[in-house]
Amino acid sequence: MGINKDLTTTLSGVKLDNPVIPASGTFGFGYEFTDFYDINILGSISFKGTTKEPRYGNPLPRIADCKSGLINAIGLQNPGVDKVISEELPKLRSCFKKPLIANISGFAIDEYVHCCKLMDKEEQVEIIEVNISCPNVHNGGMTFGTNPEAAAEVTRAVKAVTTKPVYVKLTPNVTNIVEIAKAVEAAGADGIVLINTLLGMRINLKNKKPVIANKMGGFSGPAIFPVALRMVYQVYEAVKIPIIGVGGIESAEDVIEMMLAGASAIEVGAANLKNPYACKEIIDNLPAAMEKYEIDSLKDIIGAAH
Amino acid sequence: MNKRAKFKIIENVNIAKDVFKIVLEGDTKDIKNAGQFINIELESLYLRRPISICDYDDKTVTIIYKVVGKGTEIMANLKNGVELDVLTGLGNGFDLDCDGDRPLVIGGGVGTPPMYRLCKDLIAKGKKPIVILGFGSKDDLFFEEEFKKLGVDVYVSTNDGSVGTKGFVTDVMKDLNDYTYFYACGPMVMLKAICGATDKSGQVSLEERMGCGFGACMGCTIKTKDGYRRVCKEGPVFRKESLIWE
Ligand SMILES: Cc1cc2nc3c(=O)[nH]c(=O)nc-3n(C[C@H](O)[C@H](O)[C@H](O)COP(=O)(O)OP(=O)(O)OC[C@H]3O[C@@H](n4cnc5c(N)ncnc54)[C@H](O)[C@@H]3O)c2cc1C
Ligand SMILES: Cc1cc2nc3c(=O)[nH]c(=O)nc-3n(C[C@H](O)[C@H](O)[C@H](O)COP(=O)(O)O)c2cc1C
Ligand code: FES
Repeated sequence: MGINKDLTTTLSGVKLDNPVIPASGTFGFGYEFTDFYDINILGSISFKGTTKEPRYGNPLPRIADCKSGLINAIGLQNPGVDKVISEELPKLRSCFKKPLIANISGFAIDEYVHCCKLMDKEEQVEIIEVNISCPNVHNGGMTFGTNPEAAAEVTRAVKAVTTKPVYVKLTPNVTNIVEIAKAVEAAGADGIVLINTLLGMRINLKNKKPVIANKMGGFSGPAIFPVALRMVYQVYEAVKIPIIGVGGIESAEDVIEMMLAGASAIEVGAANLKNPYACKEIIDNLPAAMEKYEIDSLKDIIGAAH
Repeated sequence: MNKRAKFKIIENVNIAKDVFKIVLEGDTKDIKNAGQFINIELESLYLRRPISICDYDDKTVTIIYKVVGKGTEIMANLKNGVELDVLTGLGNGFDLDCDGDRPLVIGGGVGTPPMYRLCKDLIAKGKKPIVILGFGSKDDLFFEEEFKKLGVDVYVSTNDGSVGTKGFVTDVMKDLNDYTYFYACGPMVMLKAICGATDKSGQVSLEERMGCGFGACMGCTIKTKDGYRRVCKEGPVFRKESLIWE
């Protein structure tokens, strides 16, 4: 390599060695990836969406292949917040020494609050990512993320029980993303994560039925990159808090483009599933890509496209 | 340890109706045992396609697949010399420790491939497997000779009776009573029928739609008596006793 570039970035005072973070739900609890590479090269990890109670999630099949992406309808499978803390986080801690992002989800405000209180006590968790955008669960998840008042209410409730930065993860399945972003900022959010998956579906031509048992699911992958980029760009103009850009990122160039739109850090989702080395390759390739586009420090380009 | 590596196609031949055999050359050191699978990236498709390992040695892997959709159709048209991006050594394969020394090895359709290496490994452990292969019809049949060459008893069943016993693998099982254990891979209905047809212990290999194939996405999780298990990571092989049939 030999190119001296500054990859560091900051999220509400949390310093990251680089802006590359595996997105929740596509990286398990991290340790699975130690089979492939030393995960300490990552900026941080956003681990699998955690709920108050254990969840199996939706019936199978809950994955569908698409052009330039996939649909998932996992439905937040996780062992519940108690086991995440007692079993998963110790395993993750043993192989990962960097700041963690805790992704939490719920079906009622008190469930978000419950998870947040417990995550607040976890030293390695430095940011709480509040998922109000999961399209795969009923009466929860996305219903909070499509209404500005409900989004603000969750944000306020969670903020009241933690001193850690709270980042609210928004759904793109809305008419006016700026309105929701402003509502969570006004309710005290320390940052915004954009975007979760787009509601989509596939139909099997042979049996003429939906591929996904739940009929619909969340579409993500390279096909959604322009949508995510556009939303980050719009929201950057409307809020003062930092944004984590996510959606379709698969290369160092995509990272640069997302940061130019206004992201302070980025998350990589679907690409991890197709290529388990995706995050490592992006980090390895960043210095050369920065050299090519005459960038010395990534921090300098945040929002530079405006 | 799973590994991503480039594998070169050195053979891709039609061996039965819509069924092809590919021999891949590449680094196989992460493959540990029979019943594991590989996950293949194909140009123009987003997700990889999982296929069981039929056999392997120091530098080649053999897979057998049936053309059922876009991905397998692309595979059927790949020429020798083409390089594929492959994740190898995925999943937990078969456990060779089994009751007695007469395990029944049952393959149904394109569930047959992993049973070939399993049979070899069982023989190497001093076991005397009995093999049952189930197919729809004569045109679907493959690998009967290859199994026979291993020196084991091979029974065949076809749904239409065009070769072997007319009916299902369970119709052959009825007449066998000296087996001590079983191993099976094939369609769900077959696996369920087998588990119901015998009081012996056994292991079955399952299939589910996969996002990643290495335990990251929770796309393939099934409910078992031991809790939630990922087919790609804790499986694809499960003990009969742990399965819940719905
Ligand atoms: C662990 C494992 C081992 C397998 N071993 C073999 C084998 O040795 N030989 C063989 O012929 N087939 C095997 N299969 C099934 C094989 O993966 C599918 O037939 C193949 O993915 C179909 O892809 P397609 O693009 O042709 O079909 P499409 O129907 O176009 O595929 C669409 C999507 O559905 C998935 N899919 C379709 N059918 C299946 C299926 N039965 N199981 C899982 N995913 C499916 C595909 O991977 C893809 O994501 C195995 C599956 C698993 C999970
Ligand atoms: C299999 C899968 C599971 C996911 N699970 C979660 C989750 O538990 N919580 C969450 O906030 N987002 C979840 N997501 C959304 C991703 O974190 C990400 O926001 C989205 O996939 C867009 O990024 P991508 O295009 O890079 O995949 C999941 C996505 C996928 C593909
Ligand atoms: S396919 Fe992703 S966890 Fe099994």
